[in-house]
Amino acid sequence: MRPLSSTLLRAALIASVAMAIPADAQDTSAPAPVQQPAAPALAGGAPAAGQAPPPLEVSVTGGIAAPLGIAIPVLPTAQAVDTPAGRTDVLGQQLSQIITNDLKSSGLFKPSPASALKSVAYPEVTAPAFDYWGGAGASALVQGFIRANGDGTLTVGCYLYDVFARTELARQGFVVSPGEWRRAGHKCADTIYAKLTGEGPYFDSRVVYVAESGPKGKRVKRVAIMDQDGANHRFLTNGQSIVLTPRFTPDQRSIVYMSYIGDKPAIYVYDIARASQRLLVPASNLSFAPRVSPDGRWVLFSKAVAGSTNIYRVPLAGGQAQRLTDTPGIDTGGSYSPDGSRIVFESDRSGSQQLYVMNADGSQQRRISFGGGRYATPVWSPRGNLIAFTRMAGNFRIGVMSPAGGDEHLLTDDWQDEGPSWSPNGRVLMFFRSGRGGGGTADLWSVDLTGVNERKLSTPLDGSDPAWGPLRP
Amino acid sequence: MARSTNTFLIAASLLAIAGCAKKPPAQLPPPPSETGPVSQGGDGNVTPGSRADFERSVTSNTIHFDLDKYDINGEARATLDSQAAWLTKYPNVPISLEGHADERGTREYNLALGDRRANSAKNYLASRGVNPSRISTISYGKERPIALGSDEAAWAQNRRAVTIVLN
Repeated sequence: MRPLSSTLLRAALIASVAMAIPADAQDTSAPAPVQQPAAPALAGGAPAAGQAPPPLEVSVTGGIAAPLGIAIPVLPTAQAVDTPAGRTDVLGQQLSQIITNDLKSSGLFKPSPASALKSVAYPEVTAPAFDYWGGAGASALVQGFIRANGDGTLTVGCYLYDVFARTELARQGFVVSPGEWRRAGHKCADTIYAKLTGEGPYFDSRVVYVAESGPKGKRVKRVAIMDQDGANHRFLTNGQSIVLTPRFTPDQRSIVYMSYIGDKPAIYVYDIARASQRLLVPASNLSFAPRVSPDGRWVLFSKAVAGSTNIYRVPLAGGQAQRLTDTPGIDTGGSYSPDGSRIVFESDRSGSQQLYVMNADGSQQRRISFGGGRYATPVWSPRGNLIAFTRMAGNFRIGVMSPAGGDEHLLTDDWQDEGPSWSPNGRVLMFFRSGRGGGGTADLWSVDLTGVNERKLSTPLDGSDPAWGPLRP
Repeated sequence: MARSTNTFLIAASLLAIAGCAKKPPAQLPPPPSETGPVSQGGDGNVTPGSRADFERSVTSNTIHFDLDKYDINGEARATLDSQAAWLTKYPNVPISLEGHADERGTREYNLALGDRRANSAKNYLASRGVNPSRISTISYGKERPIALGSDEAAWAQNRRAVTIVLN
């Protein structure tokens, strides 16, 4: 076995980032196995920089030559205890599976099959058998534990090791209520992903979308919410009215969406905790395409008046709407830049749908798409550096370009892909793919910025209009 | 559905009148039933001014549009002229214009396009003397295709505006 650093792409990640043990590892919430094993102390410091082997790292730009081999054995528990979420030893197996699935779905990791992994004893969590794991072909190792606490909560510990350098790279502890136990797995996967790629985390997040069923001519549509990996799925509306384009508010307490309640298509705000909704914009005109500003104060939307559609904003709390564009054509699909200072939108003022950027007050409108065909559904990346869109020229394809209009890349190529939505870290796009004909259904898919890692999401019914929520706190 | 609503409204208004009378009527109005005043149509037994009458009298309740267009073409004009003639004959009947788009457009844009088509038809009827205050519009975008295929013929059928008599 060669040292792992040489087997990895030498991406331009800063060595110090990869080597430093994060300060948050010493956070008071960081877990400690009950019995202190004869292993690195929990607050173990980083090896001195001069002694450390080259850092373990994963390239996330361009094509991935080979995903990183990683082992995620079952998380042991000191004592198997029944909890409302299940027995802790069973939860330990499931947590290993959640972490495995998350990392695998990124396309950047190649987790060893769980059946091929040896079981890890509780004291071994902080004293890994590096020789064994190196022999098993894993470059990185994730170990952890689960513990039921006296107050009814669960603690999940999560440790990342560089197998060949025989060092600990990261550790985090998560205290969760039994109802949110899966989040500890996502948080652990996020810790590993962020540590090894240098990218922001995104696994502990949710998706709202429109669940679809029934014949094509009369689809039943319901707003549904689920975890990013499809777990904890539930329906929020009952399907009596057509619902479209649900999107989270930044605090994730509410969802703005469009509904045909009472045959009056209009924008509503749905309060998730209270399971209640309120009308945001009076239904006297068709209003649609809602999207919330990054500061949560405003809702951009489109309103049709006498055949012309323009972009407006209205306080999320409700109130007077203010018009931002003024054309006789169709301006819609507004999306704020992450700093809230600009808006990207689509307009057919040139004769066909194209993308434009303007200041948040509607000034300085400027076209940015010139690639041929029609461009629609622009969404600004949470990192600010890209705009994702649907391009229609023959097939409907998902692509990205810079906010100035250059550097266009198409990421998918199928008959009808539409409506991209960014992952919280701006590296993955979720969209929906429609099939042809009367039996053609729509499903949720994701693709990363390399365009290589394309995946279909599993949902109970068909799905469209996905909107990825922010990282959960 | 519309029929039973209709009979229900008539029954309700009769009840309201009855409520205004100082003495209760000797006989209560008959309860609403499936065989209300609006006929099923088909055998000449159609109530003048009803939806069935409209759909029997006009060239079509539906006009079609070219790809990504909302202007009223020659064929649509003739259809709307026949609708305008009927609407002039029954000046108190309200209508709704439903705008639709084919599946080969993005969802939000198609909502706007459907609205544009409904308004186009509304404006044409107004130019033929139909009071625009009688006409409401609603866009379904690509949500309610009438032809389910994914070919030019199906898309052409789905790019449409449908006139619905609301009484």
